[in-house]
Amino acid sequence: MNYYESNDLKKFPKISDLSPDMAAKFFEWYGLVTGTDSALTKREKALIALAVSHTLKCPYCIDAYTTGCLENGADPQQMMEAVQVSAAMAAGVTLVHGVQMQNHLREKGVID
Amino acid sequence: MNFSLMLQKHKLNLNPTSVDTLQVNLTKLCNQACRHCHVDSSPKRTEALGDSHFEKVIALMQAPQIKTLDLTGGAPELHPRFKELIERVSGVGKKIIVRHNLTVAFDPHPQTGMSMLWLHDFFQLHKVSLVSSLPYYREFLTDRQRGHGVFKKSILGLQTLNKLGYGVKDSGLEINLVYNPVGHYLPPEQSGLELEYKKELKANFNIEFNNLFAITNLPVKRFKEDLARNNQLEEYMEKLINAFNPQAALGVMCRSMLSVSWDGRIYDCDFNQMLEMQSRTQDKVAVSLDNFNIESFLNRNILWADHCYGCTAGAGSSCGGTIT
Repeated sequence: MNYYESNDLKKFPKISDLSPDMAAKFFEWYGLVTGTDSALTKREKALIALAVSHTLKCPYCIDAYTTGCLENGADPQQMMEAVQVSAAMAAGVTLVHGVQMQNHLREKGVID
Repeated sequence: MNFSLMLQKHKLNLNPTSVDTLQVNLTKLCNQACRHCHVDSSPKRTEALGDSHFEKVIALMQAPQIKTLDLTGGAPELHPRFKELIERVSGVGKKIIVRHNLTVAFDPHPQTGMSMLWLHDFFQLHKVSLVSSLPYYREFLTDRQRGHGVFKKSILGLQTLNKLGYGVKDSGLEINLVYNPVGHYLPPEQSGLELEYKKELKANFNIEFNNLFAITNLPVKRFKEDLARNNQLEEYMEKLINAFNPQAALGVMCRSMLSVSWDGRIYDCDFNQMLEMQSRTQDKVAVSLDNFNIESFLNRNILWADHCYGCTAGAGSSCGGTIT
């Protein structure tokens, strides 16, 4: 058995087996957030979800939302741009912490 | 679960209701060779409706029960007597639909090398309704499915048709576009996608059209082989079965049409035609243009197989888009 098996994605609902009430609330909320057109369209939500899937490096989610994006009318160029946004954010998040490092360097009198 | 059992489970008795539409596959010849094509059409195919069956199609259009002639292929425009068929049927006062691939007018005829540029004016003259595949409003997915350069030619075709009044409000000239997925997934919801197509095609190419039909890829022929080759067939069938919608099943197109193949045989739909599941009367007689009788045809049992799940998944799918 590997840590990640693609067929395990289908078993996601089985998390209900050990905590049915909590899982039921989660799936209802999840469906409402991702599966409905509201202030954001389902396609926009699917592209956000695809970007988050890459940020959090979840192979199940990448699988599910690659299909989800296509089935909501996105095309591969839009999907890759969403992944680029994810990558740019991850890089930006790392780099903006450089300000904290600079603050510490300043405290220690290393830089002005 | 096989499709017939699914119908039984939902207590659905899907008898034929009418023969509103006569759909004819005029020829397997096509100027394109699309990767999804369930007809296996290409520039190399030669099959075409023969002269005696040609006359029988025209005679059949006189029947009051039949309201629409729906011409498909291949590229039906490449049939040697295509012009004559439209000219003779347009006098009968019935609706004529041509499944027009948008590029055929710009390519020379694959067999004769003759220009097909006369097509647009001819369609306009006879007020032919057009149904045209455009897999996406951007280039990437369209060319991926239909071949390199198809998107640009399709845009040019749509712009030419718009100039003649097609897709323009109150012109009486109708062009509907068809979306079908490029790969192994289900189509998006039709109405939202139609709005997106209209917005993008207008903004980027100043193109107008009437309606968008979102169609599910049925697991037959090239598409089925593609699924099998990628070990996706089981998963795709599971998806279709899980999305079975009884409401969509009630509206399946085979209940109100007949589908004629290039050799005159008659089928419940275009997909049964490709699988050679020829319609049979209650007496088990195979139906063709040579023995066709409307009353007997309406009493037949429609033939089902697993590909039928493609028409009943989600909002349903037909040659006119979603069903529900």
